[in-house]
Amino acid sequence: MEVLSLKVNGDTRCLAAAPQATLLEVLREELGLTGCKQGCDKGDCGACTVLLDGQPVLACLTLAALVQGREITTIEGLAPAHRRRCAESPCASKQDKLHPVQDAFDEAGALQCGFCQSGMILSATALLQRDDDPKRETIREALSGNLCRCTGYTQIIEAVERASDEHAGREHRPRAWEQPATEPAGEGES
Amino acid sequence: MRPFEMWEPSEVAQAVALLDSAHLAPGSRAPRLLAGGQDLLGELKDDLARPAALINLKGIAGLDEIEEVASGGQSPHALRIGSLVTLARIADNATLQERYPLLCAAAVSVGSPQIRSQATLGGNLCQRPRCIYYRNAAALCLKKGGRECFAEGGVNRHNAILGGGPSWIVHPSDLAPALVALDASVELTSPTGTRELSLADFFTLPADGDVLRENRLGPQEMITSLTLPAGGGMTGAMTEKATGGRSGDVRQVYMKFRERESFDFALVSVSMRVRVVDDRIRAARLVLGGVAPIPWRCLGAERLLADKPLEPQSFAAAAQVALAAAEPLEQNAYKVPLATTLIMRAGAALTAETR
Repeated sequence: MEVLSLKVNGDTRCLAAAPQATLLEVLREELGLTGCKQGCDKGDCGACTVLLDGQPVLACLTLAALVQGREITTIEGLAPAHRRRCAESPCASKQDKLHPVQDAFDEAGALQCGFCQSGMILSATALLQRDDDPKRETIREALSGNLCRCTGYTQIIEAVERASDEHAGREHRPRAWEQPATEPAGEGES
Repeated sequence: MRPFEMWEPSEVAQAVALLDSAHLAPGSRAPRLLAGGQDLLGELKDDLARPAALINLKGIAGLDEIEEVASGGQSPHALRIGSLVTLARIADNATLQERYPLLCAAAVSVGSPQIRSQATLGGNLCQRPRCIYYRNAAALCLKKGGRECFAEGGVNRHNAILGGGPSWIVHPSDLAPALVALDASVELTSPTGTRELSLADFFTLPADGDVLRENRLGPQEMITSLTLPAGGGMTGAMTEKATGGRSGDVRQVYMKFRERESFDFALVSVSMRVRVVDDRIRAARLVLGGVAPIPWRCLGAERLLADKPLEPQSFAAAAQVALAAAEPLEQNAYKVPLATTLIMRAGAALTAETR
Protein backbone atom coordinates (compact mmCIF):
# COMPACT_ATOMS: atom_id res chain seq x y z
CA MET A 1 0.00 0.00 0.00
CA GLU A 2 1.08 3.52 -0.70
CA VAL A 3 -0.25 6.87 0.44
CA LEU A 4 -1.89 8.67 -2.45
CA SER A 5 -2.87 12.30 -2.61
CA LEU A 6 -5.69 12.92 -5.09
CA LYS A 7 -7.35 16.20 -6.08
CA VAL A 8 -11.01 15.24 -6.25
CA ASN A 9 -13.73 17.84 -6.85
CA GLY A 10 -11.44 20.63 -5.70
CA ASP A 11 -10.35 18.97 -2.44
CA THR A 12 -7.11 17.15 -1.71
CA ARG A 13 -7.86 13.67 -0.39
CA CYS A 14 -5.21 11.39 1.10
CA LEU A 15 -5.70 7.64 1.26
CA ALA A 16 -3.82 4.36 1.17
CA ALA A 17 -4.06 2.22 -1.95
CA ALA A 18 -2.19 -0.59 -3.70
CA PRO A 19 -0.47 0.12 -7.05
CA GLN A 20 -3.11 -1.93 -8.88
CA ALA A 21 -6.07 0.05 -7.42
CA THR A 22 -8.10 1.68 -10.18
CA LEU A 23 -9.44 5.20 -9.86
CA LEU A 24 -12.94 3.69 -9.91
CA GLU A 25 -12.21 1.46 -6.91
CA VAL A 26 -10.66 4.32 -4.96
CA LEU A 27 -13.46 6.78 -5.71
CA ARG A 28 -16.22 4.36 -4.77
CA GLU A 29 -14.67 2.32 -1.97
CA GLU A 30 -12.23 4.71 -0.29
CA LEU A 31 -13.87 8.08 -0.91
CA GLY A 32 -17.53 7.01 -0.99
CA LEU A 33 -18.16 8.77 -4.31
CA THR A 34 -20.60 6.16 -5.59
CA GLY A 35 -22.01 8.42 -8.29
CA CYS A 36 -19.18 6.99 -10.38
CA LYS A 37 -20.69 3.69 -11.52
CA GLN A 38 -19.09 0.32 -12.11
CA GLY A 39 -20.67 -1.22 -15.19
CA CYS A 40 -18.50 -3.50 -17.30
CA ASP A 41 -15.21 -2.60 -15.53
CA LYS A 42 -13.34 -3.05 -18.82
CA GLY A 43 -13.82 0.08 -20.87
CA ASP A 44 -16.92 -0.84 -22.85
CA CYS A 45 -19.79 1.03 -21.16
CA GLY A 46 -18.64 4.49 -20.01
CA ALA A 47 -20.62 4.36 -16.74
CA CYS A 48 -17.43 5.13 -14.78
CA THR A 49 -16.61 8.25 -16.82
CA VAL A 50 -14.97 11.03 -14.78
CA LEU A 51 -13.20 14.19 -15.89
CA LEU A 52 -9.40 14.27 -15.66
CA ASP A 53 -8.21 17.87 -16.12
CA GLY A 54 -11.55 18.45 -17.84
CA GLN A 55 -11.28 15.52 -20.28
CA PRO A 56 -13.56 12.48 -19.98
CA VAL A 57 -11.70 9.28 -19.07
CA LEU A 58 -12.70 5.82 -17.88
CA ALA A 59 -12.01 5.46 -14.14
CA CYS A 60 -11.98 1.65 -14.53
CA LEU A 61 -9.01 1.85 -16.96
CA THR A 62 -7.09 4.43 -14.92
CA LEU A 63 -4.69 3.55 -12.11
CA ALA A 64 -5.30 5.82 -9.12
CA ALA A 65 -1.59 6.12 -8.31
CA LEU A 66 -0.91 7.70 -11.70
CA VAL A 67 -3.39 10.59 -11.53
CA GLN A 68 -2.03 12.27 -8.42
CA GLY A 69 -1.77 16.02 -8.91
CA ARG A 70 -4.40 16.08 -11.64
CA GLU A 71 -7.91 17.56 -11.31
CA ILE A 72 -10.47 14.77 -10.96
CA THR A 73 -14.15 15.72 -11.27
CA THR A 74 -16.94 13.29 -10.45
CA ILE A 75 -20.67 13.83 -10.72
CA GLU A 76 -20.71 14.81 -7.02
CA GLY A 77 -18.41 17.76 -7.77
CA LEU A 78 -20.38 19.37 -10.59
CA ALA A 79 -23.11 21.18 -8.62
CA PRO A 80 -20.88 22.47 -5.78
CA ALA A 81 -18.37 23.82 -8.33
CA HIS A 82 -21.21 25.48 -10.21
CA ARG A 83 -22.59 27.08 -7.01
CA ARG A 84 -19.12 28.35 -6.10
CA ARG A 85 -18.75 29.92 -9.55
CA CYS A 86 -22.22 31.49 -9.29
CA ALA A 87 -21.52 32.93 -5.84
CA GLU A 88 -18.53 34.78 -7.29
CA SER A 89 -20.36 36.14 -10.31
CA PRO A 90 -23.43 38.27 -11.11
CA CYS A 91 -25.50 35.14 -11.80
CA ALA A 92 -25.71 34.56 -8.02
CA SER A 93 -29.30 35.75 -8.07
CA LYS A 94 -30.31 32.62 -9.99
CA GLN A 95 -29.87 30.53 -6.83
CA ASP A 96 -29.04 27.46 -8.87
CA LYS A 97 -29.02 24.21 -6.97
CA LEU A 98 -27.65 21.98 -9.73
CA HIS A 99 -25.24 22.29 -12.61
CA PRO A 100 -27.09 23.48 -15.76
CA VAL A 101 -26.43 20.17 -17.55
CA GLN A 102 -28.00 18.32 -14.60
CA ASP A 103 -31.00 20.67 -14.75
CA ALA A 104 -31.32 20.03 -18.49
CA PHE A 105 -31.25 16.23 -17.97
CA ASP A 106 -33.96 16.65 -15.33
CA GLU A 107 -36.15 18.88 -17.50
CA ALA A 108 -35.74 16.76 -20.63
CA GLY A 109 -36.58 13.52 -18.79
CA ALA A 110 -33.22 12.15 -19.92
CA LEU A 111 -33.10 9.14 -17.65
CA GLN A 112 -34.82 5.87 -17.04
CA CYS A 113 -32.83 3.67 -14.67
CA GLY A 114 -30.20 6.39 -14.24
CA PHE A 115 -27.18 4.08 -14.21
CA CYS A 116 -25.50 5.73 -17.21
CA GLN A 117 -26.46 9.23 -16.18
CA SER A 118 -23.36 10.31 -14.23
CA GLY A 119 -21.13 9.36 -17.15
CA MET A 120 -23.48 10.90 -19.72
CA ILE A 121 -23.62 14.21 -17.82
CA LEU A 122 -19.84 14.35 -17.41
CA SER A 123 -19.22 13.58 -21.10
CA ALA A 124 -21.82 16.23 -22.02
CA THR A 125 -20.27 18.78 -19.64
CA ALA A 126 -16.83 18.26 -21.20
CA LEU A 127 -18.35 18.70 -24.67
CA LEU A 128 -20.14 21.95 -23.74
CA GLN A 129 -16.91 23.30 -22.26
CA ARG A 130 -15.23 23.17 -25.68
CA ASP A 131 -18.29 23.72 -27.92
CA ASP A 132 -21.19 25.68 -26.47
CA ASP A 133 -23.39 25.16 -29.54
CA PRO A 134 -22.75 21.58 -30.67
CA LYS A 135 -24.51 20.07 -33.64
CA ARG A 136 -26.50 16.89 -33.05
CA GLU A 137 -23.81 14.83 -34.78
CA THR A 138 -21.17 16.31 -32.46
CA ILE A 139 -23.29 15.45 -29.42
CA ARG A 140 -23.70 11.87 -30.60
CA GLU A 141 -19.95 11.55 -31.14
CA ALA A 142 -19.17 13.05 -27.72
CA LEU A 143 -21.56 10.60 -26.03
CA SER A 144 -20.58 7.60 -28.20
CA GLY A 145 -18.56 6.08 -25.35
CA ASN A 146 -21.49 6.11 -22.93
CA LEU A 147 -23.97 3.28 -23.30
CA CYS A 148 -27.59 3.60 -22.11
CA ARG A 149 -29.03 0.13 -21.72
CA CYS A 150 -32.54 1.63 -21.43
CA THR A 151 -31.80 3.04 -24.93
CA GLY A 152 -33.01 6.50 -23.89
CA TYR A 153 -30.68 8.28 -26.28
CA THR A 154 -33.19 10.68 -27.85
CA GLN A 155 -33.98 12.46 -24.58
CA ILE A 156 -30.31 12.42 -23.58
CA ILE A 157 -29.28 14.17 -26.79
CA GLU A 158 -32.19 16.61 -26.36
CA ALA A 159 -31.00 17.34 -22.82
CA VAL A 160 -27.58 18.36 -24.13
CA GLU A 161 -29.23 20.59 -26.76
CA ARG A 162 -31.41 22.06 -24.02
CA ALA A 163 -28.36 22.85 -21.88
CA SER A 164 -26.67 24.59 -24.81
CA ASP A 165 -29.87 26.53 -25.66
CA GLU A 166 -30.21 27.58 -22.03
CA HIS A 167 -26.58 28.71 -21.92
CA ALA A 168 -27.01 30.79 -25.09
CA GLY A 169 -30.35 32.24 -23.92
CA ARG A 170 -32.09 30.66 -26.92
CA GLU A 171 -35.59 29.26 -27.02
CA HIS A 172 -35.57 25.49 -26.43
CA ARG A 173 -35.84 23.29 -29.49
CA PRO A 174 -38.98 21.16 -29.57
CA ARG A 175 -38.57 17.69 -28.09
CA ALA A 176 -39.21 14.52 -30.08
CA TRP A 177 -42.76 14.08 -28.80
CA GLU A 178 -43.58 17.74 -29.42
CA GLN A 179 -42.74 17.55 -33.10
CA PRO A 180 -45.26 16.67 -35.80
CA ALA A 181 -45.20 12.98 -36.72
CA THR A 182 -42.68 12.11 -39.43
CA GLU A 183 -41.81 9.03 -41.41
CA PRO A 184 -40.88 6.15 -39.10
CA ALA A 185 -37.53 5.71 -40.87
CA GLY A 186 -35.98 8.55 -38.87
CA GLU A 187 -32.40 8.50 -37.76
CA GLY A 188 -31.53 5.44 -35.73
CA GLU A 189 -29.87 5.70 -32.37
CA SER A 190 -26.87 3.57 -31.72
CA MET B 1 -6.03 -7.40 -10.84
CA ARG B 2 -3.12 -9.27 -9.32
CA PRO B 3 -0.67 -7.13 -7.34
CA PHE B 4 2.27 -5.57 -9.13
CA GLU B 5 4.89 -2.96 -8.36
CA MET B 6 4.97 0.39 -10.13
CA TRP B 7 8.34 1.52 -11.43
CA GLU B 8 8.76 5.15 -12.45
CA PRO B 9 11.72 5.79 -14.78
CA SER B 10 12.39 9.41 -15.77
CA GLU B 11 14.35 8.59 -18.93
CA VAL B 12 13.98 6.16 -21.83
CA ALA B 13 17.38 4.60 -20.99
CA GLN B 14 16.15 3.77 -17.48
CA ALA B 15 12.88 2.35 -18.81
CA VAL B 16 14.53 -0.09 -21.21
CA ALA B 17 17.16 -1.00 -18.58
CA LEU B 18 14.30 -1.96 -16.25
CA LEU B 19 13.06 -4.41 -18.90
CA ASP B 20 16.18 -6.51 -18.23
CA SER B 21 14.93 -9.65 -16.53
CA ALA B 22 18.35 -10.15 -14.89
CA HIS B 23 17.44 -8.00 -11.91
CA LEU B 24 14.09 -9.68 -11.29
CA ALA B 25 13.64 -11.85 -8.22
CA PRO B 26 13.84 -15.55 -9.22
CA GLY B 27 10.50 -16.87 -10.45
CA SER B 28 8.85 -13.48 -10.92
CA ARG B 29 7.38 -12.50 -14.24
CA ALA B 30 8.78 -9.99 -16.70
CA PRO B 31 7.67 -6.38 -16.23
CA ARG B 32 5.52 -4.64 -18.83
CA LEU B 33 5.67 -1.12 -20.21
CA LEU B 34 2.68 1.06 -19.31
CA ALA B 35 1.67 3.98 -21.53
CA GLY B 36 -2.06 4.87 -21.69
CA GLY B 37 -2.98 1.49 -20.21
CA GLN B 38 -6.21 1.18 -22.21
CA ASP B 39 -5.28 -2.27 -23.56
CA LEU B 40 -2.87 -3.40 -20.83
CA LEU B 41 -5.32 -2.86 -17.96
CA GLY B 42 -7.81 -5.06 -19.81
CA GLU B 43 -5.16 -7.77 -20.11
CA LEU B 44 -4.35 -7.50 -16.41
CA LYS B 45 -8.02 -7.65 -15.42
CA ASP B 46 -8.56 -10.70 -17.63
CA ASP B 47 -5.43 -12.31 -16.10
CA LEU B 48 -3.74 -12.61 -19.50
CA ALA B 49 -0.64 -10.80 -18.25
CA ARG B 50 0.89 -11.26 -14.82
CA PRO B 51 3.85 -8.87 -14.68
CA ALA B 52 5.80 -8.41 -11.47
CA ALA B 53 5.87 -4.69 -12.22
CA LEU B 54 4.65 -2.04 -14.60
CA ILE B 55 7.14 0.47 -15.97
CA ASN B 56 5.25 3.76 -16.18
CA LEU B 57 6.37 5.69 -19.26
CA LYS B 58 4.22 8.76 -18.62
CA GLY B 59 6.85 10.37 -16.40
CA ILE B 60 9.43 10.44 -19.22
CA ALA B 61 9.77 13.90 -20.79
CA GLY B 62 9.88 14.31 -24.56
CA LEU B 63 7.90 11.24 -25.62
CA ASP B 64 4.66 13.17 -26.12
CA GLU B 65 5.71 15.65 -28.80
CA ILE B 66 4.66 16.17 -32.41
CA GLU B 67 7.48 17.97 -34.21
CA GLU B 68 8.84 18.76 -37.65
CA VAL B 69 12.27 17.30 -38.38
CA ALA B 70 14.65 18.75 -40.97
CA SER B 71 15.00 16.29 -43.84
CA GLY B 72 17.60 17.31 -46.41
CA GLY B 73 15.80 20.34 -47.79
CA GLN B 74 12.73 18.33 -48.74
CA SER B 75 9.46 20.12 -48.27
CA PRO B 76 7.27 19.72 -46.39
CA HIS B 77 9.52 18.45 -43.61
CA ALA B 78 9.16 15.01 -42.12
CA LEU B 79 7.02 14.86 -39.01
CA ARG B 80 7.92 12.92 -35.87
CA ILE B 81 5.23 11.81 -33.44
CA GLY B 82 6.32 10.62 -29.99
CA SER B 83 5.05 7.23 -28.89
CA LEU B 84 3.25 8.71 -25.84
CA VAL B 85 1.15 11.17 -27.89
CA THR B 86 -2.51 10.38 -27.23
CA LEU B 87 -4.94 9.43 -30.00
CA ALA B 88 -7.08 12.46 -29.07
CA ARG B 89 -4.12 14.74 -29.81
CA ILE B 90 -3.39 12.99 -33.13
CA ALA B 91 -7.03 13.39 -34.14
CA ASP B 92 -7.07 17.11 -33.22
CA ASN B 93 -3.62 18.21 -34.45
CA ALA B 94 -3.96 20.88 -37.16
CA THR B 95 -0.74 19.96 -39.03
CA LEU B 96 -1.71 16.29 -39.12
CA GLN B 97 -5.23 17.16 -40.26
CA GLU B 98 -3.84 19.19 -43.13
CA ARG B 99 -1.11 16.81 -44.29
CA TYR B 100 -2.22 13.35 -43.11
CA PRO B 101 -6.03 13.38 -42.82
CA LEU B 102 -5.87 9.58 -43.30
CA LEU B 103 -4.10 9.26 -39.94
CA CYS B 104 -6.49 11.61 -38.12
CA ALA B 105 -9.48 9.70 -39.48
CA ALA B 106 -7.97 6.42 -38.29
CA ALA B 107 -7.24 7.91 -34.83
CA VAL B 108 -10.75 9.26 -34.36
CA SER B 109 -12.18 5.86 -35.31
CA VAL B 110 -10.48 4.20 -32.33
CA GLY B 111 -12.57 3.39 -29.27
CA SER B 112 -14.55 6.13 -27.54
CA PRO B 113 -13.62 9.73 -26.63
CA GLN B 114 -12.76 8.48 -23.12
CA ILE B 115 -10.37 5.85 -24.49
CA ARG B 116 -8.78 8.25 -27.00
CA SER B 117 -7.98 10.78 -24.30
CA GLN B 118 -5.65 8.25 -22.61
CA ALA B 119 -4.65 5.73 -25.33
CA THR B 120 -1.29 6.41 -26.98
CA LEU B 121 0.23 5.94 -30.43
CA GLY B 122 2.80 3.39 -29.22
CA GLY B 123 0.20 1.51 -27.22
CA ASN B 124 -2.16 1.37 -30.17
CA LEU B 125 0.56 -0.24 -32.32
CA CYS B 126 1.41 -2.78 -29.58
CA GLN B 127 -2.17 -3.82 -28.73
CA ARG B 128 -2.65 -7.53 -28.21
CA PRO B 129 -5.20 -9.48 -30.28
CA ARG B 130 -8.94 -9.26 -29.63
CA CYS B 131 -9.59 -12.90 -30.64
CA ILE B 132 -12.15 -14.29 -28.16
CA TYR B 133 -9.95 -17.30 -27.43
CA TYR B 134 -6.91 -15.14 -26.74
CA ARG B 135 -8.96 -12.91 -24.41
CA ASN B 136 -10.31 -15.89 -22.46
CA ALA B 137 -7.75 -16.81 -19.78
CA ALA B 138 -9.20 -20.34 -19.58
CA ALA B 139 -8.43 -21.08 -23.25
CA LEU B 140 -4.76 -22.06 -23.58
CA CYS B 141 -4.54 -21.15 -27.25
CA LEU B 142 -1.54 -20.93 -29.55
CA LYS B 143 -1.10 -17.22 -28.77
CA LYS B 144 -0.77 -18.04 -25.08
CA GLY B 145 1.72 -20.87 -25.47
CA GLY B 146 -0.81 -23.64 -26.16
CA ARG B 147 -0.74 -26.05 -29.09
CA GLU B 148 -3.82 -25.07 -31.04
CA CYS B 149 -5.49 -22.05 -32.60
CA PHE B 150 -9.06 -22.65 -31.43
CA ALA B 151 -10.38 -20.04 -33.88
CA GLU B 152 -9.29 -22.12 -36.89
CA GLY B 153 -12.08 -24.64 -36.35
CA GLY B 154 -14.18 -22.68 -33.85
CA VAL B 155 -15.82 -19.28 -33.62
CA ASN B 156 -13.93 -17.33 -36.27
CA ARG B 157 -16.30 -14.62 -37.46
CA HIS B 158 -13.76 -11.90 -36.62
CA ASN B 159 -10.57 -13.72 -37.61
CA ALA B 160 -8.12 -13.49 -40.50
CA ILE B 161 -8.87 -14.11 -44.18
CA LEU B 162 -5.34 -13.23 -45.34
CA GLY B 163 -1.96 -14.25 -43.94
CA GLY B 164 -3.48 -16.56 -41.33
CA GLY B 165 -1.98 -19.74 -39.88
CA PRO B 166 -0.90 -21.25 -37.64
CA SER B 167 -2.62 -18.45 -35.66
CA TRP B 168 -5.62 -16.69 -37.21
CA ILE B 169 -5.71 -13.46 -35.21
CA VAL B 170 -6.24 -10.11 -36.87
CA HIS B 171 -4.14 -7.16 -35.77
CA PRO B 172 -6.50 -4.84 -33.86
CA SER B 173 -4.74 -1.52 -34.54
CA ASP B 174 -6.56 1.08 -36.66
CA LEU B 175 -3.50 3.34 -36.79
CA ALA B 176 -1.09 0.67 -38.05
CA PRO B 177 -2.59 0.27 -41.56
CA ALA B 178 -3.00 4.04 -41.88
CA LEU B 179 0.64 4.62 -40.92
CA VAL B 180 1.87 1.87 -43.27
CA ALA B 181 -0.08 3.56 -46.09
CA LEU B 182 1.71 6.79 -45.17
CA ASP B 183 5.16 5.10 -45.48
CA ALA B 184 5.85 5.73 -41.78
CA SER B 185 8.95 4.45 -40.04
CA VAL B 186 9.23 3.50 -36.40
CA GLU B 187 12.08 4.30 -34.01
CA LEU B 188 12.90 1.57 -31.48
CA THR B 189 15.12 2.19 -28.48
CA SER B 190 17.02 -0.42 -26.46
CA PRO B 191 19.95 -0.22 -24.03
CA THR B 192 22.32 -0.52 -27.01
CA GLY B 193 20.86 2.44 -28.89
CA THR B 194 18.12 3.17 -31.40
CA ARG B 195 17.19 1.63 -34.74
CA GLU B 196 14.68 2.70 -37.33
CA LEU B 197 12.47 0.28 -39.25
CA SER B 198 9.83 0.80 -41.88
CA LEU B 199 6.59 0.31 -39.95
CA ALA B 200 5.55 -2.35 -42.49
CA ASP B 201 8.61 -4.38 -41.43
CA PHE B 202 7.83 -3.94 -37.71
CA PHE B 203 4.90 -6.37 -37.78
CA THR B 204 5.34 -10.13 -38.20
CA LEU B 205 3.06 -12.88 -39.44
CA PRO B 206 2.57 -15.83 -37.08
CA ALA B 207 4.17 -18.13 -39.66
CA ASP B 208 7.27 -15.94 -40.05
CA GLY B 209 8.05 -14.74 -36.57
CA ASP B 210 7.34 -15.86 -33.03
CA VAL B 211 3.70 -16.98 -32.89
CA LEU B 212 3.42 -15.47 -29.39
CA ARG B 213 4.16 -11.99 -30.72
CA GLU B 214 2.88 -9.61 -33.38
CA ASN B 215 6.02 -7.54 -33.99
CA ARG B 216 9.81 -7.43 -33.96
CA LEU B 217 10.28 -5.54 -30.69
CA GLY B 218 13.29 -6.98 -28.89
CA PRO B 219 13.02 -8.08 -25.25
CA GLN B 220 14.52 -4.80 -24.03
CA GLU B 221 13.15 -2.52 -26.72
CA MET B 222 10.37 0.08 -26.84
CA ILE B 223 8.83 2.31 -29.51
CA THR B 224 10.00 5.88 -28.98
CA SER B 225 8.55 7.61 -32.05
CA LEU B 226 7.02 7.31 -35.51
CA THR B 227 8.20 9.40 -38.46
CA LEU B 228 6.11 10.40 -41.44
CA PRO B 229 8.38 11.04 -44.44
CA ALA B 230 9.20 14.42 -45.94
CA GLY B 231 7.41 15.44 -49.10
CA GLY B 232 4.50 13.10 -48.40
CA GLY B 233 6.43 9.92 -49.32
CA MET B 234 5.71 7.65 -52.32
CA THR B 235 8.51 9.38 -54.26
CA GLY B 236 10.51 6.18 -54.68
CA ALA B 237 7.77 4.71 -56.82
CA MET B 238 7.96 7.49 -59.37
CA THR B 239 10.46 9.06 -61.73
CA GLU B 240 10.71 12.70 -62.73
CA LYS B 241 10.22 11.70 -66.37
CA ALA B 242 7.04 9.79 -65.80
CA THR B 243 5.38 12.78 -64.19
CA GLY B 244 6.93 15.47 -66.36
CA GLY B 245 8.69 16.85 -63.30
CA ARG B 246 5.43 17.56 -61.48
CA SER B 247 4.69 15.89 -58.18
CA GLY B 248 0.95 15.91 -58.75
CA ASP B 249 -1.51 15.86 -55.91
CA VAL B 250 -1.70 13.26 -53.19
CA ARG B 251 -5.14 12.06 -52.13
CA GLN B 252 -5.79 9.86 -49.13
CA VAL B 253 -8.73 8.28 -47.41
CA TYR B 254 -9.44 6.02 -44.44
CA MET B 255 -12.60 3.93 -44.24
CA LYS B 256 -13.59 1.52 -41.48
CA PHE B 257 -16.48 -0.86 -41.23
CA ARG B 258 -17.51 -2.01 -37.76
CA GLU B 259 -20.44 -3.92 -36.32
CA ARG B 260 -21.41 -1.14 -33.94
CA GLU B 261 -21.33 2.46 -35.16
CA SER B 262 -20.71 4.07 -31.76
CA PHE B 263 -17.35 2.39 -31.23
CA ASP B 264 -15.82 -0.92 -32.14
CA PHE B 265 -12.81 -2.63 -33.65
CA ALA B 266 -12.66 -2.85 -37.45
CA LEU B 267 -14.23 -5.77 -39.28
CA VAL B 268 -12.39 -4.32 -42.26
CA SER B 269 -10.62 -1.01 -42.74
CA VAL B 270 -9.08 0.49 -45.86
CA SER B 271 -6.20 2.97 -45.85
CA MET B 272 -5.63 4.27 -49.36
CA ARG B 273 -3.34 6.92 -50.77
CA VAL B 274 -2.66 7.81 -54.40
CA ARG B 275 -0.53 10.34 -56.20
CA VAL B 276 -2.40 11.73 -59.18
CA VAL B 277 -0.96 13.54 -62.22
CA ASP B 278 -3.28 14.57 -65.07
CA ASP B 279 -6.08 12.33 -63.82
CA ARG B 280 -3.82 9.28 -63.81
CA ILE B 281 -2.69 7.43 -60.71
CA ARG B 282 1.12 7.45 -60.61
CA ALA B 283 1.67 5.66 -57.32
CA ALA B 284 -0.63 4.03 -54.81
CA ARG B 285 -0.69 2.59 -51.31
CA LEU B 286 -3.46 0.22 -50.28
CA VAL B 287 -3.41 -1.31 -46.81
CA LEU B 288 -6.21 -3.34 -45.22
CA GLY B 289 -6.93 -3.60 -41.49
CA GLY B 290 -9.05 -6.21 -39.71
CA VAL B 291 -8.30 -8.96 -42.23
CA ALA B 292 -4.84 -10.29 -41.33
CA PRO B 293 -2.45 -10.75 -38.40
CA ILE B 294 -0.57 -7.67 -39.65
CA PRO B 295 -1.59 -4.47 -41.47
CA TRP B 296 -2.10 -6.07 -44.91
CA ARG B 297 -0.37 -4.19 -47.68
CA CYS B 298 -1.85 -5.08 -51.09
CA LEU B 299 1.29 -4.83 -53.24
CA GLY B 300 -0.29 -6.45 -56.31
CA ALA B 301 -3.20 -4.02 -56.24
CA GLU B 302 -0.80 -1.08 -55.73
CA ARG B 303 1.18 -2.14 -58.83
CA LEU B 304 -2.02 -2.50 -60.81
CA LEU B 305 -3.23 0.97 -59.78
CA ALA B 306 0.00 2.71 -60.82
CA ASP B 307 -0.56 4.32 -64.23
CA LYS B 308 -4.30 3.57 -64.29
CA PRO B 309 -6.80 6.37 -64.85
CA LEU B 310 -8.31 7.86 -61.69
CA GLU B 311 -11.76 6.34 -62.07
CA PRO B 312 -13.93 3.82 -60.18
CA GLN B 313 -13.19 0.93 -62.59
CA SER B 314 -9.49 1.05 -61.69
CA PHE B 315 -10.32 0.48 -58.05
CA ALA B 316 -12.76 -2.34 -58.83
CA ALA B 317 -9.93 -4.16 -60.61
CA ALA B 318 -7.55 -3.41 -57.74
CA ALA B 319 -10.04 -4.82 -55.22
CA GLN B 320 -10.22 -8.11 -57.13
CA VAL B 321 -6.43 -8.42 -57.06
CA ALA B 322 -6.23 -7.42 -53.39
CA LEU B 323 -8.62 -10.17 -52.27
CA ALA B 324 -7.58 -12.86 -54.77
CA ALA B 325 -5.45 -14.67 -52.20
CA ALA B 326 -8.09 -14.59 -49.43
CA GLU B 327 -8.60 -17.91 -47.59
CA PRO B 328 -11.66 -17.43 -45.41
CA LEU B 329 -12.45 -19.71 -42.48
CA GLU B 330 -15.89 -21.16 -41.92
CA GLN B 331 -17.58 -17.99 -40.60
CA ASN B 332 -15.67 -15.05 -42.03
CA ALA B 333 -16.09 -15.28 -45.82
CA TYR B 334 -18.24 -12.13 -45.57
CA LYS B 335 -15.03 -10.15 -45.11
CA VAL B 336 -14.11 -10.74 -48.77
CA PRO B 337 -17.05 -8.83 -50.32
CA LEU B 338 -16.90 -6.35 -47.42
CA ALA B 339 -13.25 -5.51 -48.15
CA THR B 340 -13.93 -5.43 -51.90
CA THR B 341 -16.77 -2.97 -51.41
CA LEU B 342 -14.81 -0.81 -49.00
CA ILE B 343 -11.86 -0.57 -51.44
CA MET B 344 -14.27 0.49 -54.19
CA ARG B 345 -15.91 3.07 -51.91
CA ALA B 346 -12.50 4.43 -50.94
CA GLY B 347 -11.55 4.67 -54.62
CA ALA B 348 -14.84 6.41 -55.42
CA ALA B 349 -14.17 8.92 -52.64
CA LEU B 350 -10.70 9.67 -54.02
CA THR B 351 -12.05 9.97 -57.57
CA ALA B 352 -14.81 12.35 -56.50
CA GLU B 353 -12.38 14.62 -54.64
CA THR B 354 -12.13 17.84 -56.63
CA ARG B 355 -8.99 19.93 -56.94
